[in-house]
Amino acid sequence: MSFIKEFFKFLIIRKKYWLIPILIFLLIFGGFLVVTQGTAVAPFIYTIF
Amino acid sequence: MKYILGISAFYHDSAAALIRDGEIISAAQEERFTRKKHDSSYPFNAIEFVLNHSKLTLADVSSIVFYEKPFLKFERLLETYVAFAPKGFKSFSRAMPIWLKEKLFQKKLLFDYLKKHDQNFNDEKKILFSEHHLSHAASAFYPSPFKEAIVLTADGVGEWATTTVAIGKDNKLDIKKELHFPHSLGLLYSAFTYYTGFKVNSGEYKLMGLAPYGKPKYVDIILKYLIDLKDDGTFMLNQEYFDYSTGLTMTNKKFDDLFGAKPRKPNLDKISQFHMDIASSIQNVTEQIMLKLVRSLRKEYGISNLCLAGGVALNCVANGKILDEKIYENIWVQPAAGDAGGALGAALAYWHIDLNNKRQNIKEDNMMGSYLGNEFSQNEIQKIFDDIGADYKIYNDEDLISKTATDLSNGKAVGWFQGRMEFGPRALGNRSILADPRSSEMQKNLNIKIKYRESFRPFAPSVLKEDLVSWFEMNIDSPYMLFVANIKKEKILQLSEDEKKKFGLDLLNIKKSIIPAVTHVDYSARIQTVTEKLNKKYFLLLKKFKEITNCPVLVNTSFNIRGEPIVSSPEDAYRCFMGTELDILVVGNCYIEKINQDTNLINNYKNEFELD
Repeated sequence: MSFIKEFFKFLIIRKKYWLIPILIFLLIFGGFLVVTQGTAVAPFIYTIF
Repeated sequence: MKYILGISAFYHDSAAALIRDGEIISAAQEERFTRKKHDSSYPFNAIEFVLNHSKLTLADVSSIVFYEKPFLKFERLLETYVAFAPKGFKSFSRAMPIWLKEKLFQKKLLFDYLKKHDQNFNDEKKILFSEHHLSHAASAFYPSPFKEAIVLTADGVGEWATTTVAIGKDNKLDIKKELHFPHSLGLLYSAFTYYTGFKVNSGEYKLMGLAPYGKPKYVDIILKYLIDLKDDGTFMLNQEYFDYSTGLTMTNKKFDDLFGAKPRKPNLDKISQFHMDIASSIQNVTEQIMLKLVRSLRKEYGISNLCLAGGVALNCVANGKILDEKIYENIWVQPAAGDAGGALGAALAYWHIDLNNKRQNIKEDNMMGSYLGNEFSQNEIQKIFDDIGADYKIYNDEDLISKTATDLSNGKAVGWFQGRMEFGPRALGNRSILADPRSSEMQKNLNIKIKYRESFRPFAPSVLKEDLVSWFEMNIDSPYMLFVANIKKEKILQLSEDEKKKFGLDLLNIKKSIIPAVTHVDYSARIQTVTEKLNKKYFLLLKKFKEITNCPVLVNTSFNIRGEPIVSSPEDAYRCFMGTELDILVVGNCYIEKINQDTNLINNYKNEFELD
């Protein structure tokens, strides 16, 4: 939780709001990739990229 | 009493440094303990060393400062990928998982690692982050002997900055301007390091050593196509020729076409005159950039002291040129100018800038000769050699120095291990291989039989400070081997007509001066001045050698073989001694002769390390 707080504070100070959607996208799909590594879902995820 | 721990890690050259109330206490690179060159892992051993050296636990440390800001670095990565998209997807897909899994959460990562030193450590707020180039600048300014100075840092890249100008005054250090990625002098030099077949981030000094064998034939091409260099030294790199922003290599096909050859494959292609000319050309361009930068800064700020740090500051040939031009009255270069020094700078920056503490002892260099690493007592050394089964004799200091100086004068190569280990890439007489510079065969022999490295690589001299001006075209303290200057004309030998016609590696076979082992092909030498104050034992050894030979100079090269980190412990020293053709090993007051050692202890380990 403290990470999210710190990161948003960082984005606000740097005024780099446009990075927020990219980051959310990356965290969701990145997290998904990490969780599904080596499972049957993995090939499906890889085709998205 | 406040202790601050500085850490650099996770890119290359991990290190830890400890300061007490602003005073530098200890610092060491992780590679020395793990025996893995440029080790980038969390510096567990280096931190253990700095804590144990001061008999501290983490609870005694008031702040822990990491040398760069991971969020800013991540921002740079994302913006770069977006700017170049869809190019660079391969690099992106490799980098992102590492960042999303680990690097982005560096505070947590550091906290977890720190707990391994002390289970009771639970204060995440103690972990702070400095900026990469601010850390470099702080490492250059605060230990310097200047009240006020221009601080120039240049390296590959930190977060965004690749070159930074700061003004240091008393305890203040203000960054005035920066050049940003992808326009980087460090990366330009590294691109050519890659192109000539050396390892990026470690083979740069080989390129620098190769340069004097070539002619700067490609300077115009570099300046016309690769870099837009302005009069004030600022520049932009033409990204059409480079691959490092988005790809997995430094240069691309267009770069190859420009010079008419593909990058050299280190294991297949020999170094040719072409590579020497390329090396000479990029070295020339680097010097031009640095000279333009420091000249324009001198004019702009009117300050007569200059501090340098960042990997580019290890280019001692360029430093020597800056010195030669007499643009500044005084120059001070951080001896651990690479990322390892960032650990020290991060701690110093926090103490002086954030905590607003006064600088101590401004008039003197506060790096303690860079002898900030581990040391071993005589009892510890003897126990180690007893356990190994080494055959050694013990002498008092006077006899030891006399015996070693005599051996050196008889052409013996000596492994010399004394006192505290050096912080930074140079061995400065505490973890050194020493030899007689008057021998014309010594350079070849040391390279081939002891260091197992390329024959073109030059060796550096250590000289008594009081004799410096009689032997070299230089008149400043150079205790960290960070300036190159020419050998005095009186010491140079006249070449025959045949010798004058030689070029490339054939130049190696010419005896160029009365100290040929430390005279590079262009009559230059990377000088270390030695004083009694900074290193008494080494000073006395040089004095004795001078007494015997009338020569106050010794060959001083790092105590290691190619690709190996400099030895850290007596065990490492003995291993290197038995794995090479070193004749004598001196550790503390123990004197060890190769001919008396058990041949079963011979251990040829040169293939364990990769070439840089």
